[in-house]
Amino acid sequence: MGKLNQQWIYAWLLLLPAMVILLGFTYLPAIETFIDSFFSTARGRRPSVFVGWENYERLISDDVFKRVLWNNAIYALVTIPASIGLALAMALFVHSPRRGVGLLRMAYFTPTVLPLIAVANIWIFFYLPTIGLIDQIRALFGFSAQNWIGQPDTVLYTMIAVAVWKEAGFFMIFYLAALQAIPQPLREAAAIEGASRWTFFKRVTLPLIMPTTLFVSVNAVINAFRLVDHIFVMTQGGPNNASNLLLYYIYDVAFAFWDTAYASTLTVVMLIILSVLAIGQFFFLDKKVHYK
Amino acid sequence: MSTLAAKHTKSFDDYLFSFGAWALAIMWALPLLYAIWTAFHPAAYETRFELFAPLTLENFYKAWMQAPFARYYLNTIMLVTSILVVQLILGTLAAFAFARLEFKGKNFVFTLVLLQLMVMPDILIVENYQTMRKLGLIDTILAIGLPYMASGFCIFLLRQTFMTIPTELDEAARMEGASIFVLLKRVYVPLAKPTYLAFGLVSVSAHWNNFVWPLIITNSVETRPLTVGLSIFATTDSGTEWSIINAATLITSGPLLIGFILFQRQFVQSFMRAGIK
Amino acid sequence: MMYSMKKLVTSTVLAASLLSTPAVAVDLEFYFPVAVGGGAADTIEALTKKYVEMNPDVNIEAVYAGSYNDASAKAITAARGGNAPQISVLLSTEMFTLIDEDLIEPFDAYVTDAEKETWIGGFYPSFMENSQTGGKTWGIPFQRSTPVMYWNKEAFKEAGLDPEIAPANWDELVEMGKKLTKTDASGNVTQWGLRIPTAGFPYWLFQGLSTPNGAILANADGNKTTFDAPEVVEALEYLVALSAEHKIMQPGSINWGATPKAFFEKEAAIIWTTTGNLTNIRTNAPFDFGVAMLPEKKRRGAPTGGGNFYLFKNASDEQKQAAVDFVKWITAPEQAAVWSIATGYVAPRPGAWETDAMKAYVEEVPAALVARNQLEFAVAELSTYENKLVSKIFNDALASAISGEKSAADAMAEAQSKADDVLKAYRSTN
Repeated sequence: MGKLNQQWIYAWLLLLPAMVILLGFTYLPAIETFIDSFFSTARGRRPSVFVGWENYERLISDDVFKRVLWNNAIYALVTIPASIGLALAMALFVHSPRRGVGLLRMAYFTPTVLPLIAVANIWIFFYLPTIGLIDQIRALFGFSAQNWIGQPDTVLYTMIAVAVWKEAGFFMIFYLAALQAIPQPLREAAAIEGASRWTFFKRVTLPLIMPTTLFVSVNAVINAFRLVDHIFVMTQGGPNNASNLLLYYIYDVAFAFWDTAYASTLTVVMLIILSVLAIGQFFFLDKKVHYK
Repeated sequence: MSTLAAKHTKSFDDYLFSFGAWALAIMWALPLLYAIWTAFHPAAYETRFELFAPLTLENFYKAWMQAPFARYYLNTIMLVTSILVVQLILGTLAAFAFARLEFKGKNFVFTLVLLQLMVMPDILIVENYQTMRKLGLIDTILAIGLPYMASGFCIFLLRQTFMTIPTELDEAARMEGASIFVLLKRVYVPLAKPTYLAFGLVSVSAHWNNFVWPLIITNSVETRPLTVGLSIFATTDSGTEWSIINAATLITSGPLLIGFILFQRQFVQSFMRAGIK
Repeated sequence: MMYSMKKLVTSTVLAASLLSTPAVAVDLEFYFPVAVGGGAADTIEALTKKYVEMNPDVNIEAVYAGSYNDASAKAITAARGGNAPQISVLLSTEMFTLIDEDLIEPFDAYVTDAEKETWIGGFYPSFMENSQTGGKTWGIPFQRSTPVMYWNKEAFKEAGLDPEIAPANWDELVEMGKKLTKTDASGNVTQWGLRIPTAGFPYWLFQGLSTPNGAILANADGNKTTFDAPEVVEALEYLVALSAEHKIMQPGSINWGATPKAFFEKEAAIIWTTTGNLTNIRTNAPFDFGVAMLPEKKRRGAPTGGGNFYLFKNASDEQKQAAVDFVKWITAPEQAAVWSIATGYVAPRPGAWETDAMKAYVEEVPAALVARNQLEFAVAELSTYENKLVSKIFNDALASAISGEKSAADAMAEAQSKADDVLKAYRSTN
């Protein structure tokens, strides 16, 4: 009994610093946010009043919200597998010994190092009609100019491309480490048995890097909702909400419209979505992970 | 005969593989190549790719004059370093508690910690600003980092890692009369190095690029990080000046890129034993 | 005797001087946004420093606050956190929002009656439309602008048009645009006749069409919009027709920041953009260009743009008075001329145009006068309560018409109904 008490004290002492910060800067503000979603927004001249479910009702009939959810779903569904898949491919390319592997590695990693302001403006240039890089290259093949960012049916995909570009190189590092942890004898044994590259990959490599895939996909899911910085610079969610994403909408509502109550409501929705996704991920992938 | 055929297909396979690798690399490096092109050429060549266009250093000069990069650099380094160090310390302590100690409410608290992964401090800016005001920390580097210094992700990763460390090592150390801190220092921390590195990369990368919260909470050159300082180049009214933005980019990322080129092998090797297991 | 007398006098003088020490210096925090490049930040900081040197009883910290949107977020967050700046330059269109948030105070209480006439009354009236409401002055114009039309004289010559004459009305714009639009052998356009950037905040340049057509988008009280007026719908239909029917402009929402570049690269022969771009275009255009007022329809017209000084409420009386004094100085002709020449913004008082510096500048760059002359026909930039929300509703509607998703009439009707839902609350509480 005495030992348990001692453990309890030790545990809380160890946890205290972290918990104080979490409490002060995450939990308490989050609870405040949750409570705020049941009130109206206070404006300088009018105080806030309790409105119950009104904000949530507004959510349901909000066209922009529906559009934003739809966009974010597409955004997530494409960026997550694309960035993970490309990251794995890059790691495989870079893992095998070949000439210029250092250059390859650097090329894949550059997106992580460039600051966002530059990245966004460079991509704006790439996407410019007629004078932009992509159109200039396409003109060589006789294609006509396209207003990639200015048209609602292409703009979301331009944002997806930028996100995948930014993420894949970053995730590559983790896959690279995982690949290098696969013991050499395994590879040699497979080669002796005449297993093809593809078989080796499917049967040995993939399962062994599952833990990394879990780690990377948790990051990827969070980033699919968190990485909206390029939207600020490139499209501001337009045209007509074609590239608007949930976190960007929350930011707009909170810091442009100053409708803090509605922003809280949107935040609560985002938290629910993320929690569901996180729990789902852990259950799904956890089964496939081999811990030693 | 069959081995010959096998060799042929193998080299075709190889060739395809190589082609894929390099094609991807060129696509990925295009933005950086473009940045280098525009930084060293006058603005007139931002959209024209003429081989013998004149080179110039004027963009770097103009960019340098527009923002005190050296100071912003220093601020950002202090910021990400302080955040990471505190994250690792607090994370290690908390992860040990979750991995090795038994206490009431452990699972509940751990779930709370996991929830933090989902709650981005970016949304809680107004409340956090008010807290900083009460603490008197407005316009300090500490204020930028404080909300992030307890990282649920870090605690989670370290807990997983700690749980894979054999308990025999624990008992051996205890028998020698070691306290928790000694135990941590001698046994856990060294064995979890790869996790520290992996998380370090995630943390530094995230905080290096953070914009909104630092913008709101800092006022002066002495505290402003690079992202906010660079925003002065993202002006809208007078037309985008790619050459200057990219010169500024090279000034800020150049050292990082060069560092990566030089220390690539060490960097990757330090991940060798990573296995985010 | 003499010695102690001297001592008495000295100590009395000393005591007297100690008792009459000057007041402790007043501290002011001043947030400013930058929308025209880093040089502007240096100029503001230099001007602020100069003022502080001339007035040692005031300490002003000029704080760079990012873009207009960033500065607004920063100022309001700080205010809600109890740490508002004393003065800030923010968009002129934020006036109603700031009033509603109860963050600002009118300047009237801090100026004498004479000053009301000479100082406040001395700004161009079109700039004051976004600065006054309810008979009070809530903002003082500082970095203001208006959109103008730039044209490529070389391209005009090539197309067989007189290079010195810009299109004067909507019909001419279309006619000349058609002559200026060049296509290559496979039918791809190599040069567009016209470029009106509509991405991000289409409403501003759209006001350059709705105003000439006789429409006013919102009332002076900031609580009612008229997005569905027939003149507005007509203007929108004209804008859409430029791409869809006449094919003189690129389809889709057109990027703002790349517009000067597109102009230099001859991707467009005529561009509409802010007068703030004049210096950039003057420095970098590889051809002769002209600057003109926006073409007329029923009348000449354009919106104004840019930022005003606002005085924040939660400051001591001393601070507010000191702040107003600073604003008076920095908007005085000499300083306004310096600021205007350095950045390309339109000097907001006639007096500024009379200074030697400005006269010399105008001789060198006569195009700078176009924006000033257009002020006669300029109207308020769209500004209402909950301004960002209402302008987003309007921008989204414009974008939907530009992309062809909705007809102009439908888009405007929807926008009006949504905007009305937001603004009706402000009509009843008034």
